[in-house]
Formats: sequence, structure tokens, C-alpha cells
Amino acid sequence: MIPVNDGSLWWGGSSFVELLNMVRSGGGSAPAAGLSGGMDSSRMYPAGSPGSVPVWHGTTVLAMTFRSGVIMAADRQASEGYQVADRAIQKIFPVDRVSAVAIAGAAGPAIEMSRLFRVEIEHYEKLEGVALSLLGKANKLGQMVREHLPLALQGLVVVPLYAGFDDRTGQGRIFKYDAAGGRYEEDEYHANGSGGLFARNVLKMLYHPGMEEAEGILISLRALYEAADDDLGTGGPDFVRGIFPLVYVIDAEGVREIPAEEVARTLKGIGESLRRRVPS
Amino acid sequence: MTMPFYVSPEQFLQDKAEYAKKGISRGRSIAVLEVVEGILLVADNPSHALHKISEIYDRVAFAGVGKYSEFENLRKAGIRYADLKGFMYSREDVTGRSLANAYSELLGNSFSQDMKPMEVEIILADLGSGERPNEIYRISFDGSIFDESLVSVVGGRSDQLKTFLKDRVRPGVTLKEGLGLVRSGFMEQNDNGHLVMNIEAAVLERSTDGRCFRRLLPEEVGRLLATDQ
Repeated sequence: MIPVNDGSLWWGGSSFVELLNMVRSGGGSAPAAGLSGGMDSSRMYPAGSPGSVPVWHGTTVLAMTFRSGVIMAADRQASEGYQVADRAIQKIFPVDRVSAVAIAGAAGPAIEMSRLFRVEIEHYEKLEGVALSLLGKANKLGQMVREHLPLALQGLVVVPLYAGFDDRTGQGRIFKYDAAGGRYEEDEYHANGSGGLFARNVLKMLYHPGMEEAEGILISLRALYEAADDDLGTGGPDFVRGIFPLVYVIDAEGVREIPAEEVARTLKGIGESLRRRVPS
Repeated sequence: MTMPFYVSPEQFLQDKAEYAKKGISRGRSIAVLEVVEGILLVADNPSHALHKISEIYDRVAFAGVGKYSEFENLRKAGIRYADLKGFMYSREDVTGRSLANAYSELLGNSFSQDMKPMEVEIILADLGSGERPNEIYRISFDGSIFDESLVSVVGGRSDQLKTFLKDRVRPGVTLKEGLGLVRSGFMEQNDNGHLVMNIEAAVLERSTDGRCFRRLLPEEVGRLLATDQ
């Protein structure tokens, strides 16, 4: 059915989230708040110790700016407690032609949120005939994280990392969030997730402004390598199964994924350079 | 108590149909063609800001003539329908056929129930993929739906333009040729030189993944038509 409001097609609003909430709550005119679609999430999930339900968690994601845009990278592992739940999940999702979102935290709600975010942005663009500004999109994502807060308090924390190329400034921009929906812009780099601290430390040492793309990819992968080295939840490069971190480059040309062979070659190079330091 | 005059349902519907038709033919035309590159949509539209052609979903485009506010609302309703369906199920499950049915139902209900029928006629183009052929639906103000192929025309003196294009458009026509033909058709209709500026064009491109809809910018339309002469 074509969605109508009180029997009328003629109603405003360019937000898909509001539309979805309205439809889920039974077509009432007042959109209910929350990702859960009008249902009171505290009723859905009885208060209890977080983590009593087995939930998959995404681990390390990072973003860093370089000369002509921004690079995003993520490992592929999902963990459930101390176990590997999945070795090859996707944690970076292109949102539109100029931006992508990377997720860490409870994998289910995080993937749902990034899907919803993508539709929200596209929905707005189609209805209004013009795309939102990058800052507009970043703020919208902040509101979605904020709406997720009741579930975050139940232990299902979702922390996205949003990065894109801003046509208006001609530069790559990175936005990080906290679980309460706070949006903070980062000029250089940021990493999230259980291995985020280790990745950030590597980036802190190796990052310098105005880097070329190749060097940016190299140090992103190095940061993920070190995160996997020190963090149980983060997956390292898997040469046996051929599973490697995902790397996306976003610049004026758009969003593109770096082919797995190139990522594997760079990681091999990192391995070689580290091996020489180990006395044999 | 005064009794309303009796009007036979037949007469009532006929009046409504006439009213709607008059509104639709007052405007300018839109032509949709199947071309090698995909599906080309061209509108005779002097405004750059108010579009008659737009994107509904990954492989579905919308074109509407008649009363702007009415087809604009239909366009938005279609986007809402498609995005909801695509989000709740999967992107592949959004099809032109189901959208066309939803539009047909909506327009049909409006025609029979509302005092004022909608003065619109719309085209819904769904780009085929792999084995699946293109689908082009023309939906009229009363909800009647026509499954068209190769050429579809709505608005203005649509019969004239349709005859003109049907005589000339053959399978395997390119985007550039198609655009030239439609422009000639518009010129024939208006009996005078037709400015490139008045052409709004978009294409559903077969070569692209994901969102196939692309607007042709005025410069691009100009370039495609210039070398045509």
C-alpha cells in the first residue's frame, strides 16, 4: 500500500525514519520516537544485567583524512564474548556517493542503523531533489544514535564513525559519536571499538597531515594490524582463508573499495618489515 | 429540504473524465523511449527547478504531467512506498509492476470517490536487468494502466507526438538519436524552434549498479543535440 496519513496522501516530511515509525505505530499522525518504531524499548527488553543475552560485537574501525579525502578501514571479525562469531562481516557501509559509515558495538542494531541511515539520506535526496550537506547527514546520524539510547542502556551500544568528502570545503571530514548521540568532528583520525585504542596509538605515531593515499592506506592497515595483535576481539589478516580488512577511499571521485589483492600485498609488506626486527 | 438534481452516474463520470483530460492536455508533453543505453525520459519543461521527471528507486523512474501539485504528491507517495518496501524486505523486491499497481489503485479510487478527479497522467519506467526486459507503464487519471514498449507519451498533444515518434523510433536507437527525435517531435508540436533550454532529460542507465537514474544536465543535453545537426 502507498502510505497515507489519516487517509490523505498530502502530508509533508522528508524523513524516512519518521515515516517508518508512523507506519509501524499503525499510521497515526504523530510519529513515535525511537528506532524501535514506536514500541517502548524498555518494555521490549526487561531491565537486567547487560550481556545476559548473547550478542555479536563488531570490533575495530578507523577513519583518517589524507590529502584529497578520507580513508576508512575495518577488520572483519565479529565476536561473541571470547568466541569468533563471524570471520568476514562487513563493518563499513557506503551511505551515498560521497560518504560511508563504519560501525562498532552490538552488530545487529548497528547494521540495522546503518541500513536505515542510508535509506534516510537517499529518501531525503529523492524527495527534496537535493542532497543534504555532509554536516546535515552527520547530525542526522547523531539523532539516530540518540534515539537508540534506551537500547544502549540495556547493553546494546552502537557507536558509528561517519566520514565523507565535503563538496563545499573540498576536504575529507570525520565525525565520531558517543552512545548518547554526541557528535564530534575529528580533523585527523579516529578509531572505535575494542581495538580502537591500539589503532589510535599507531595512528598517533604515524599520522601526518597532507599524506598521499598510498601512505594513508599503509598506516591504516598497520593500525589494524597492531589492534589485532593486542586485542582479542579484533581479527588480523587471514592469509589461510584469504580474508583481509576492508579499506574504502572517499574523495572527490566518490567512494571506492580497495581491492582485496592490494590490501593483501600491503599487509604482506607490513609483515616483511616487522619480521626483520625479530632476531632469528 | 432541497433535493439535489439527479445526475446519472454515467454523465457524472463522463464530466469528471472530460475535466481531467482538459487539464492534462493543457500542459506540455513528456516522452519516454527505450534506448540502447537504457531508458530515456524527456520532458518539454521550461523550468529548471520544478522537475517533471524524477527518481523513485534504483531502477525505477517517474514522469508526470498535469497539475504540478498533484503529480508531485504522487511522486512523493511512490518514493515513500518504494523506500519502505526496500527497507522492510530487500532492494531487489521493489518492482515497477507493484508500484504501477499501487498508483493505479490510488488514481482509480480518487477518480471514482473524489469530487475533483486528479488532473494527471504518469509514466513509470522500470529498467530491466539481465534477462528481465524493460517495463514502461502509463497510468491515466482514472487509474487505467497501459503496458507500453519502445515509446510512451503523455501530456499536451500526446497523440500527435506519439505518432511522430512511433514512425521514427526503432529498437536499437541510441540515447543521442532518441533525444534528437524527441526534440524534433517537440518542435513539430510547437510549430517553432524548440530551445535546448526547455528540455528536461534523464536516463535510467543500464551500465550503472545500484541507483541507475541520472539527470542529464543542460550542458550535456546541449552537447548531445549540437552534434546531431
